[in-house]
Amino acid sequence: MTQAIPNSYRSGPDDTGHFGIFGGRFVAETLMPLILDLQKAYEDAKADPAFRKEMDGYLKAYVGRPSPLYFAERLTEHLGGAKIYLKREELNHTGSHKVNNVLGQIMVARRMGKKRIIAETGAGQHGVATATLCARFGLECIVYMGAVDVARQQPNVIRMEMLGAKVVPVQVGARTLKDAMNEALRDWVTNVHNTFYCIGTVAGPHPYPMMVRDFQSIIGDETRAQMQEIEGRLPDSLIACIGGGSNAMGLFHPFLDDPSVDIYGVEAAGHGLTNLHAASIAGGRPGVLHGNRTYLLMDEDGQIQEGHSISAGLDYPGIGPEHSWLHTIGRVKYLSATDEEALAAFQLLSKLEGIIPALEPAHALAKVSELAPKLPKDHLMVVNLSGRGDKDVPQVGDILKGRQS
Amino acid sequence: MTTRIDTRFAELKAEGRAAFVTFVMAGDPDPATSLEIVKALPKAGADIIEIGMPFTDPMADGPSIQAAGLRALQAGMTLKKTLQLVRDFRSSDNKTPIVLMGYYNPIYIYGVDKFLPDAKAAGVDGLIIVDLPPEEDAELCLPAMKAGLNFIRLATPTTDDKRLPAVLANTSGFVYYVSITGITGSASADSSAVSAAVARIKRHTKLPVCVGFGIRTPEAAHDIAQHANGAVVGTALVDALKASLDADGKATARTVGAVADLAAALAQGVHEAKQAAE
Ligand SMILES: Cc1ncc(COP(=O)(O)O)c(C=O)c1O
Repeated sequence: MTQAIPNSYRSGPDDTGHFGIFGGRFVAETLMPLILDLQKAYEDAKADPAFRKEMDGYLKAYVGRPSPLYFAERLTEHLGGAKIYLKREELNHTGSHKVNNVLGQIMVARRMGKKRIIAETGAGQHGVATATLCARFGLECIVYMGAVDVARQQPNVIRMEMLGAKVVPVQVGARTLKDAMNEALRDWVTNVHNTFYCIGTVAGPHPYPMMVRDFQSIIGDETRAQMQEIEGRLPDSLIACIGGGSNAMGLFHPFLDDPSVDIYGVEAAGHGLTNLHAASIAGGRPGVLHGNRTYLLMDEDGQIQEGHSISAGLDYPGIGPEHSWLHTIGRVKYLSATDEEALAAFQLLSKLEGIIPALEPAHALAKVSELAPKLPKDHLMVVNLSGRGDKDVPQVGDILKGRQS
Repeated sequence: MTTRIDTRFAELKAEGRAAFVTFVMAGDPDPATSLEIVKALPKAGADIIEIGMPFTDPMADGPSIQAAGLRALQAGMTLKKTLQLVRDFRSSDNKTPIVLMGYYNPIYIYGVDKFLPDAKAAGVDGLIIVDLPPEEDAELCLPAMKAGLNFIRLATPTTDDKRLPAVLANTSGFVYYVSITGITGSASADSSAVSAAVARIKRHTKLPVCVGFGIRTPEAAHDIAQHANGAVVGTALVDALKASLDADGKATARTVGAVADLAAALAQGVHEAKQAAE
């Protein structure tokens, strides 16, 4: 797939929501008028200085931004190569980057007069962030979550319920994130008149991939300024894990036009790429699902396959369309990490830095362990620490205990 | 170009009656039984047959049709085999229009350029693709029209007068009015609201308007058929099929008859309705 190198990697999508051949609006007619309304509402909001100002106020005082850019000294010493910085999204209120996007979408929902909010969630981080902001703004909140994920991310289920949300366990398919998204779409089609669908990643029909990216880009914008302040220059590489790709897009997007910055996305390789996994770029091909064209895991008849990952947040058989485009034009390199590699990185960061990461960014950390030792000591590498591991402590604890006995 | 769909509606108009449109899932509960069911439908009174193309992620379908798709996939159904089913049906029926209904991905993966001539050659007359709104017409709608297939669009309660022209622009065959905001098999349609909606659509198009989603009984079908050019029934037929299966979800001696009997009762409901003057 050869494509012309664009003047800017940051100008997408076009008016019809396409990044190259990827993206688009592949939805049922029932939803189409609302999607056009949303596009308009988002454009109006973006152009309104009062909206930005209100957002900034909440980002600072409620979310706790800016999140620190932290030099991981012991991890750097241990790996013996590149100088590793962690972008500490795990310190945000609710424990992950998801809140950046949810705040933005809830404010758009309020402008549209929508009082009922639905969301899908995998790890529960997006669900928790949505439940949190619905509590804060007095909105009804319904979260769809695969029954398998309900079981493996119990702490987050309890949190959502405490926050007043209704968690609906989804019993169809593999009962993970893809199925939760199907159920959320079905709810939306049914209740379109009063319902806002707060999508948790850079996927779905246009304008979602663009809108979610814009709300997450604060991660990269801050990183740029912070690195300038600490080191007086740009980072040399960025690395982030990819479920749908929102924490990654948020970090990457502000740097796409800086050719000196190498960019790596890390997909979940599960049991390995020749086995069960969730690496849509490494193991999939372009197809159409959940409102957009993108790389997907599927069989030769175009039936979607289930993702597999130890991490509920990466267990999705697709990836945001902008990532698919960045892959085909070669601007971002997509790697993958297995369950085992992520588990090792999870423990390494906990022991060396006193930071228990979520299993999702542990996938990015796993590739840091591989890349950093080969790089010079003046190479500045930024890892997006997209979430904290509290939600994973019971699951990882059980796995490690199982190994001792 | 005139398709079997156009011919059928012209005949129905001459007879002053509405079309009974049935939906069943290709390959449910297995390819062979599914062919027998499709063959039995015209005899039971179906004027047009919609055949579902199974897909793993049917985002506009309720539990019944989701389960039907999964039964079909588990029985090894593929898009290729769905086209074979149409070909087999055509060997004994060259008149009843066949519309394939489903989601875009299996067609995209089959390859649009290859799918359209294959479908036409198999004897398919039209396509209803749930996740292709007019905004994505270049994908399949325009090529399908060029290939001589009707592209039947869904209009919904949220399709307002401002949007209707865009929805109708590249529609042919008939317009499928989805009577509720929702997924298949959920709420039932209210006939006065339906009649107003059909009248609204008819102000924008000369095409026949069929109504579906939420019609389950002969009475409801009769009701709708008074106000529209056709009534579509899917979930009720799929439920009748499911109720006839054995404990392992396999076809029994009753399966084909269970679907055909319900279809016959529904057909009677539709065909006894007096068509409101055009
Ligand atoms: C901490 C964390 N990181 C990453 C992800 C993956 O999502 P995305 O790729 O959209 O950032 C999740 C999803 O649940 C998450 O909870």
